[in-house]
Amino acid sequence: MLTGILSGFLLAPLAPALHRLFPRYSGWLLALLPAGLTLYFLQQWLPVTQQGPLLSHIDWVPALAMPLSFMLDGLSLLFALMICAIGALIFIYAGRYLEDHRDLPRLYVLLLCFMASMLGVVLSDNLIVLFVFWELTSITSYLLIGFNHEDANARAKALQGLIVTVGGGLALMTGFILLGQIGGSYELSVLITRGDTITAHPLYGLTLVLIVLGAFTKSAQFPFHFWLPNAMAAPTPVSAYLHSATMVKAGIYLLARLHPAMGGTELWLLLLGGAGAITMVLGVFLALRATGIKRMLAYSTVMALGTLTMLIGLGTRTALLAAMSYLLAHSLYKGALFMVAGIIDHQTGRKDFLDTGGWARYLPVTSACAGLAALSLAGVMPLFGFIAKEQLLEAGLNHGHALAPLFSAAIVVAATLGVAVAAVIGIRPWFGKPAALTHTPSEAPPAMLLGPALLAGLGLLLGLIPGLIDRSLLSAAASASLGETVTQPLALWHGINTALLISLGAVLVGLVLFRYWQGFRHATRWTDTLARFGPEQAYHRLMDGLVAVSSGQTRLLQSGYLRYYLISTLLTLVALVIAALWLNPDALKLRPDFTDIQLHEAVIAAVLVIATLAAVTLQSRLGAVASLGAVGFSIALLYVLFSAPDLSITQVLVETLTVIMLVLVLFRLPGFLRLTRTRTRLADALVGITVGGMITVLLLSVLGSRYHGSIAHYFITESVPAGYGRNIVNVILVDFRALDTLGELFVLALAATGVYAMLKLRSKGDTTEPEETHD
Amino acid sequence: MTRERRIPPPDRNALRTQSLILRTTGFFLLPLLLLFALFLLLRGHNAPGGGFIAGLVASAAIAVHLFAMSEAGARRVLRVDPRDLFAWGLILALVAGVLGLFSGQPFLTAHWLTVSLPVFGELKLGSPLLFDLGVFLVVVGTASTIIINLAEQDT
Repeated sequence: MLTGILSGFLLAPLAPALHRLFPRYSGWLLALLPAGLTLYFLQQWLPVTQQGPLLSHIDWVPALAMPLSFMLDGLSLLFALMICAIGALIFIYAGRYLEDHRDLPRLYVLLLCFMASMLGVVLSDNLIVLFVFWELTSITSYLLIGFNHEDANARAKALQGLIVTVGGGLALMTGFILLGQIGGSYELSVLITRGDTITAHPLYGLTLVLIVLGAFTKSAQFPFHFWLPNAMAAPTPVSAYLHSATMVKAGIYLLARLHPAMGGTELWLLLLGGAGAITMVLGVFLALRATGIKRMLAYSTVMALGTLTMLIGLGTRTALLAAMSYLLAHSLYKGALFMVAGIIDHQTGRKDFLDTGGWARYLPVTSACAGLAALSLAGVMPLFGFIAKEQLLEAGLNHGHALAPLFSAAIVVAATLGVAVAAVIGIRPWFGKPAALTHTPSEAPPAMLLGPALLAGLGLLLGLIPGLIDRSLLSAAASASLGETVTQPLALWHGINTALLISLGAVLVGLVLFRYWQGFRHATRWTDTLARFGPEQAYHRLMDGLVAVSSGQTRLLQSGYLRYYLISTLLTLVALVIAALWLNPDALKLRPDFTDIQLHEAVIAAVLVIATLAAVTLQSRLGAVASLGAVGFSIALLYVLFSAPDLSITQVLVETLTVIMLVLVLFRLPGFLRLTRTRTRLADALVGITVGGMITVLLLSVLGSRYHGSIAHYFITESVPAGYGRNIVNVILVDFRALDTLGELFVLALAATGVYAMLKLRSKGDTTEPEETHD
Repeated sequence: MTRERRIPPPDRNALRTQSLILRTTGFFLLPLLLLFALFLLLRGHNAPGGGFIAGLVASAAIAVHLFAMSEAGARRVLRVDPRDLFAWGLILALVAGVLGLFSGQPFLTAHWLTVSLPVFGELKLGSPLLFDLGVFLVVVGTASTIIINLAEQDT
């Protein structure tokens, strides 16, 4: 399984080379990988649906108890099959659709990475591993939405999608950690058997809300639904793959997967059912208000995602089985419809339903695919969408909860409007008065027709013979999501019952709505003003606020003057130390012991003090530098006295080099000017004395207190046997504490780079005043 | 910066002395100091010295050469851009750390190899020496980057 997931990442860097070798057939060649993976997963069909989940476990980071563990059960299998099969069709389609695009290889790379990440999400057994793949899908999705990166709009929409999904990802991570703590394991296969422990835990509510936030943002549930239609800035193959068939279903997958572990409570039902029902109705309403082809499809995807969330929220046997059927049906028809939208754009250049019409005679195969897929969307007999919708209606009607009638009403409304949406998609571009075009459109190439034809055809086939999947795949998926075995055969004909009658009514009313589509849009124009208070505006206001706050605090903190940075850093240090001492006054142990000070030590100390005072008060720069040098050399002398030759040599050399550098700088400065006023200098002195005094007190206190035994003894005894060196200081530097040294090396290199950049920048621009750049 | 320019423009005379004494001693000091730095680097594990100190001595040697001759001369002594030096130093230090990973031990675990040489006797080579060489290069690179670029500033 790991190989299967990694194969996408491994193939990704080779894709551009492959495209260079076979520019005409790169899409077909790359489709071989997802097609092969589809075969692999089909092979697992029987073992998984009959014998139970397939587990694989590889130690990854044993120190953090984080294994690469994967699980393939019915639910994962359903998703993995959809990802790979639709993926293969998308590669073939994209290879032709973007044939002349110079960045097509980049699209391949990103699509492969995305496919692999998505497989990782649905196959991971470990929560943390799942989260890693989850974030990878967000990132690849961001890059794919912004594929036309020279278009500012595409970039903005990509960023919006990223911020919403990754923001939700943050909540999700917290939720996962809480879930892991509550459930006592990070393995999903273990967690789904501990549902009672988890739901009874006091932190259950918080955990659920956090995880649901992650799933809702990813699956575009109200109030986060706005990013999905905006993500249509992506090229059509990407929209077809990510934003209808796979990625947005990651949230649905997660909710279905966690249902046995966290579902079945009132909170679960209200959260998921409520948000799902609102999203469903809102999505279908906005779909019918839209006229852009991809926009309408996107909003109808929002509706489908809402439906799925609501069904998982309802959580009954019928509801989950309905969810699985609806999921499959939606992936089939929506994938097909998006590819049809791409064909319309590719062959005629039109992107809006109002600019289309009467093209069935030019694009016969495309229109047939569109018709079949639209019938499935409308839920018309004998397509698979019909079976899914019947189950959906029954799940609502047969639910025992007090709010069930509300859900049923929402389903009926959504079903009716959904028929109208389907009619617009299935009728408007193909029949009626032909829309004027500069040239007669021709049928799309086979590579682009293959996808919609196969997906739409499969929708018809499964509708006619549901026995192909009902007892095996769908039942296994529903069982995994329910937590107990489900075997329920599906049938096209249930006899005349309430669901069928509602279905029939929905189709009739929906067709009437389609007839008066423009009137409906006109009558509901007032809702556009409501959008001003909608979540997308909230998003924009949030982003604007973020920019305002950050520029404000930048103005406040980043003055650009080194002296203010120093002052604020030092004063913060003082404040922190004072706060720490306030909380723990016993920490200060002042027992200064001045008894065994030798005369020469006192002399050196006196020199130190005098040299420091001289450095501060001297009027000439050279004098000040020399005084600082005296300070440094006195300290070196102290090191020698306390038998630390290494430190002493280092100190002397550093002093020397410092003086050289200072001279190089000072040489270019104007004469010693009194640039500061006395008041500023007094304030500086106060800061200096405070910090110096504090450090002195701290050092004296450190001498007086010892919480742990000295480590010096270890270094002395182990230096030769473990470090093969008699110079303990050096052994500590390069062996015992080499990691510290390595960090310091990076700091040094960074400092040099900074100085270099400042000098080069200055010699280029030369606008800043010299004193600041040389500080 | 031009290599042909022997006598610097007047406003920079104060920096680059024309003193014959400094130029002569600088000529001899450079190889001596560099040798001393090498000596310090190699003995560092057993006696006072080590990569950091050796790096500072070598930087001082470069600085002396710079004052005695010219910035171009200092660059010629280094042969490579000083920025490359600290990059290579970081790479060496990292390589020394990664060595441990190959035998399944934590990052930066020391590895030792004892080589018998006919004249010198037993020679112990270890990843800490490589690490110390990295320290040396980073220090030389950092110090000479700063000093040379400061000295080259024309304004």
